[in-house]
Amino acid sequence: MVRERETPKQQQQVSYTVEQLVAVNPYNPDILPDLENYVNEQVSSQTYSLDANLCLLRLYQFEPERMSTQIVARILVKALMAMPAPDFSLCLFLIPERVQMEEQFKTLIVLSHYLETGRFRQFWDEAAKNCHIVEAVPGFEQAIQTYAIHVLSLTYQKIPRPVLAEAINIEGLSLDKFLEHQAANSGWILEKGHGRGQLIVLPRNEFNHPELKKIAADSVPLEHITRIFPILG
Amino acid sequence: MATTYDYEEAPATYDEGRHQDLGYDPNFVPDSVKSFVVHLYRHIREKNVYEIHQMYEISFQTLSDRLFKDTPWPSVDAVAHYVDNDQVFCLLYREMWFRHLYARLSPTLKQRIDSWDNYCSLFQVVLHRVVNMQLPNQWLWDMVDEFVYQFQSFCQYRAKMKNKTEQEISLLRQYDQAWNVYGVLNYLQAFVEKSNIIQILKQEKEGLEQFTATDGYDYSGGSNVLKVLGYFSMVGLLRVHCLLGDYQTGLKCLLPIDISQQGVYTSVIGSHIATIYHYGFANLMLRRYVEAIREFNKMLLYIYKTKQYHQKSPQYDQILKKNEQMYALLAICLSLCPQVKLVDETVNSQLREKYGEKMARMQRYDDEAFVIYDELFSYACPKFITPSAPSFEEPLVNYNQDAYRLQLKLFLYEVKQQQLLSGVRTFLKVYSTISLGKLANYMEVDEPTLRTILLTYKHKTHAVDSDGKIISNADVDFYIDDDMIHVVESKAVKRYGDYFLRQIVKLEGVINDMDRIKLE
Repeated sequence: MVRERETPKQQQQVSYTVEQLVAVNPYNPDILPDLENYVNEQVSSQTYSLDANLCLLRLYQFEPERMSTQIVARILVKALMAMPAPDFSLCLFLIPERVQMEEQFKTLIVLSHYLETGRFRQFWDEAAKNCHIVEAVPGFEQAIQTYAIHVLSLTYQKIPRPVLAEAINIEGLSLDKFLEHQAANSGWILEKGHGRGQLIVLPRNEFNHPELKKIAADSVPLEHITRIFPILG
Repeated sequence: MATTYDYEEAPATYDEGRHQDLGYDPNFVPDSVKSFVVHLYRHIREKNVYEIHQMYEISFQTLSDRLFKDTPWPSVDAVAHYVDNDQVFCLLYREMWFRHLYARLSPTLKQRIDSWDNYCSLFQVVLHRVVNMQLPNQWLWDMVDEFVYQFQSFCQYRAKMKNKTEQEISLLRQYDQAWNVYGVLNYLQAFVEKSNIIQILKQEKEGLEQFTATDGYDYSGGSNVLKVLGYFSMVGLLRVHCLLGDYQTGLKCLLPIDISQQGVYTSVIGSHIATIYHYGFANLMLRRYVEAIREFNKMLLYIYKTKQYHQKSPQYDQILKKNEQMYALLAICLSLCPQVKLVDETVNSQLREKYGEKMARMQRYDDEAFVIYDELFSYACPKFITPSAPSFEEPLVNYNQDAYRLQLKLFLYEVKQQQLLSGVRTFLKVYSTISLGKLANYMEVDEPTLRTILLTYKHKTHAVDSDGKIISNADVDFYIDDDMIHVVESKAVKRYGDYFLRQIVKLEGVINDMDRIKLE
């Protein structure tokens, strides 16, 4: 029922990128240092790879003695920056409870909680008290501001200036500059609200303008129509 | 990966002592067993898949029930000479032998390790030698399923260090490669790669390959074993990743299988259920509630319609158990994301019967609600594992609950964050427009707090799907214009297109019938 396979020729040594390693040979303890370096690379070059980071967290799960809490903290900050994607939770699922009880992780979990529940003012306050954690990762502030604008765009057609300011943590002249930039490049419109306030009109999308939602439900695919061609013919 | 430990009948060990009490003689081979192995061996050599399936599904069960209710089957050494001492048959026989042991008895540590060795030997043969067999999909699925199950069982067993004997501890130290998580994952991965199954499925979509059409069987004289094991290993990988808490990667492993269609995964009921159960659970943890609801709904409807055909099968109990668990998960999903229109009427009425009251209580989001979320999650979740090697330092502790406790804690944390959403829904359903001030009053919070609650609602009801797109799963939605909330009516959209198509076909049928009558 069985015969021997021919032995394959010796394969040439090929150097793989980290992404290739994760795709081809993820369950391999030897790639742990590569994955750790890759996290640091993501931080310094402002790139991101969830798959590679999950791969590393898994290896830490398999061999807890090799875990570096500093690297884990950086992964979590990067995950926070990926919101609204649930990456932060996905990472927490793989980190042992006793590690999550450490101070720096408790802080990160609190920060995540504020962002998940739209409490931007509390978030920026807490982030300011822990700038050593968040300033270690370049691009953090912009990423959170992008997330804030995303949630606001789901919710508001027109938003009062103070609400926006609090959410993205920009005030005064900086905010004026920011608004000008958004008006010029992203289709924001600045209006006068009632009283002395300013109203910002956010770009239209299917979430804050329900009439834009495609009524996909009633479209009929062509394959279904072909069923009745014989009848119509 | 495999240790070079050879299986021997260990003399005078505590195993044999216990078995002697039950009157078990591993060397005694009843005639019916001799006949069984001889015929099974012949059918395998003759590639008679139908007969193999009958013997595997029915004869094996019948003999187990009749002769081996609470003892193992005869040892492989005792039956080997009836089957030409064929190495592969012996490995297959031992695979069944251990599976029977796990199902009816409690395996000792030694037996767990021996079973691991057997899988290693069997898998090495399939991966590195050309195997010229065709085995039924049921058996090939059971191999993968049992392999993952024994891994999970071993992790749970190993995590209970407190009452381990000296002998057990020394065995664990000595055979630290047995059921090692790297080994398990790499075998499953090796099957996926060596079988080239991902390429085969891709090419099948373009019409260049036949796989699903033949249920994975090879009708050109070859073997289905490696290909189908590779296919089922993708489900195996999904399962292992769920046990580890890595839902994202689990779903990635399943990606080559299109679950919106029938496929080889639906050819075996156990595989179908395992796939959808884990797929749904992973989506639940990824907050893609609509996706989870859709798949659970389809699966539960399918089980409802077809379970009668499986009543005599050895998998029946498992089918019923998974059915109940999926209803519990569906109850959770619908409480977090009330989209009842996604659920079929039959499934909905079953759901109301089982969990109607509990769902009402869950949606109140008070202390009692969290108790019920806890209860349902704990009942329905996979048996999470801690994959790392145990610590042999004193004091020895039991840590088998750690993994489960973490997943439960994080799940309840998510539920807690959604606590205030239920109140918002109730109000939004009643008003078409309402000012922030007024709603804040009714909900007894200040305006800034209300703004954060509304943002939370939007964030939690707009999930990010696998392509990074935002998908709304809100049953009732709104937008804010300065300080006015405008509620969006979600009308039940009438599907005119489908309706007309159906009626056209129906009318044509009626006209054809009438024509036939005239001619007669």
